[in-house]
Amino acid sequence: MVVDTIKMKSLSDRLAAEEVAGRSLWADARHRFLRNKAAVAGLFILILIGLFALFGNYIAAWSNEELDFTVMGQVAELGGPSFENGHYFGTDDLGRDLFARTVQGTRISLMVGIVGSLIAVIVGTLYGATAGYVGGRTDNIMMRTVDILMSIPYMFVLILLLVMFGRSIAMLFIGIGLISWLDMSRIVRGQTLSLKHKEFIEAAQATGVPSFTIIRRHIVPNLLGVVAVYATLLVPLMILTESFISFLGLGVQEPLTSWGALISEGAGTINYGTLWQLAFPLFFFIITLFAFFFVGDGLRDALDPKDR
Amino acid sequence: MTEPLLRVEDLRVTFELRRAGDMPWTKPRLLHAVSGVNFELFPGETLGVVGESGCGKSTLARAIIQMVPATGKAIWQGKTNLLALSKREMLKFRSDIQMVFQDPLASLNPRMTVGQIIAEPLRTHKPDLSGEEVKTRVKKMMDRVGLLPNQINRYPHEFSGGQCQRIGIARALIVEPKLLICDEPVSALDVSIQAQVINLLAELQRDLGLAMIFIAHDLSVVKHISDRVMVLYLGREMEMATSHDLYADPQHPYTQALLSAVPIPDPVAERAKTMIPLDGDLPSPLAPPSGCVFRTRCPRAEQRCAETAPALTPGVHGVACHFPGPLVRGGRPLENA
Ligand code: SF4
Repeated sequence: MVVDTIKMKSLSDRLAAEEVAGRSLWADARHRFLRNKAAVAGLFILILIGLFALFGNYIAAWSNEELDFTVMGQVAELGGPSFENGHYFGTDDLGRDLFARTVQGTRISLMVGIVGSLIAVIVGTLYGATAGYVGGRTDNIMMRTVDILMSIPYMFVLILLLVMFGRSIAMLFIGIGLISWLDMSRIVRGQTLSLKHKEFIEAAQATGVPSFTIIRRHIVPNLLGVVAVYATLLVPLMILTESFISFLGLGVQEPLTSWGALISEGAGTINYGTLWQLAFPLFFFIITLFAFFFVGDGLRDALDPKDR
Repeated sequence: MTEPLLRVEDLRVTFELRRAGDMPWTKPRLLHAVSGVNFELFPGETLGVVGESGCGKSTLARAIIQMVPATGKAIWQGKTNLLALSKREMLKFRSDIQMVFQDPLASLNPRMTVGQIIAEPLRTHKPDLSGEEVKTRVKKMMDRVGLLPNQINRYPHEFSGGQCQRIGIARALIVEPKLLICDEPVSALDVSIQAQVINLLAELQRDLGLAMIFIAHDLSVVKHISDRVMVLYLGREMEMATSHDLYADPQHPYTQALLSAVPIPDPVAERAKTMIPLDGDLPSPLAPPSGCVFRTRCPRAEQRCAETAPALTPGVHGVACHFPGPLVRGGRPLENA
């Protein structure tokens, strides 16, 4: 009996012992990400750019619509960047403050990128996960549809859309949204297929966990890594697409602007000695793209299952 | 005689295979993964199932819990035919039959803590338990399978293979099942760990009065834990006997070949024993040999074997062979030995 009480005692001790905290794969990934200097620098830059887009207007001395009549007509001589007249980045051709215009362009470009990639995440993940998990004929039909959509040259379609239905931000979002989710759905479907045959899914099915719960509890959390990486890499692609369209003069319309439109304007006046009109938008454009790519790369390295 | 916990009659699993590029109307090729398996399992008993990989042992296990569609009968406690139940009706029985999987790490969701993993069946089958209660039960079960309960918040990748398998066992046992199906639970583990896990399973079985179906491709693993052993080849029963009989007096040439591949720890006996090589590969289950499926590799095969398939003889020691008999040198039994 004595032995038994000792046993019982030690059992209760063990049950009451302080719980050890575990290190989740997310924590591991965060740790790896934070060790990656390029990725952290990229993230820092992105935060700065985000702050610039959100609060830039409060710093600007001019609004993005006002014309500065003092520099009008003499933009090349008087419109350069200076602190005295409040045009930190100079003015554009019409005498509008380029700083305020850049803030405006940054907002629109970031929005296009983020909305495009959000559509991709939501539509692509749902579509791909459903196709992969259900499988069989449903999967076949769903994925052949994606194949067909992918075989259409999207730039051509996008341009046609913009020409036919008029240039508007909404049209641009629709056009970008239409194409952005295709790749995502393929990637997600592939992942789901390989997850579906993992034993832990089988274990859940064997014990009677409902399908929807399996998708939510077992499939989606294991997809998030890939989705996060791809979504970050998709943002710059979306920005590039939009800029290209705007550069062609088909994207956003005046008085709105975007990086692409600003770069296009800047490039048009480069011969008149107003280099700053090109340099500032281009600078923002490039560092943002680089930052996104670095962060995406860092995420991929951090979440890469092969490293485990 | 007590009522068997599970009585399987003429269980068949047939997969339809479609080749890529087949037209929708071409007939699919049929793969008979399991053809006509019968057995009974009594409460507290362990049935070992052995055979080479690809012989349908895992499919057999999955058929019983309706993870793959099967025909035939699997009568649970003399009343319910599990194979005829709808998905919803089956749910009731899922907590009675639990499974332990082959790959310990792959059978645990890497994004969930050990506590969440072990609790999952409990949450599914007893949704009205409080969080506190679930946690206490999980901790008790962890202690029971030899894990430290304070590790409840750790993640699977922080454990070794053997520990992961203990987590898998804890997950299976938390809902107090009556039947535990172990699908090669130790073949992915180091030999030294294998013994620990098998001992744990044997001990738990004894204490909890579990019935167990223990699948392995290795006869030596099955020997210690099983009361009876069934030998499968290409989805068909070759021999079925009590563990002792099967090892002491194997009648089927396939069983003898499998047994001869098991090393004996005693070097003298090891040298004295007859090795029966298994020539050739497992025939494709898509086109099994006519008659006795083992005839392409059987040292005793004769004309008759190609013509008619031998049926499993009834009784405690069943053999499906036209020329059964104890092992002799040269692989052929003496005339009607
Ligand atoms: S029936 Fe014939 S081929 Fe089959 S195991 Fe027996 S002797 Fe061999």
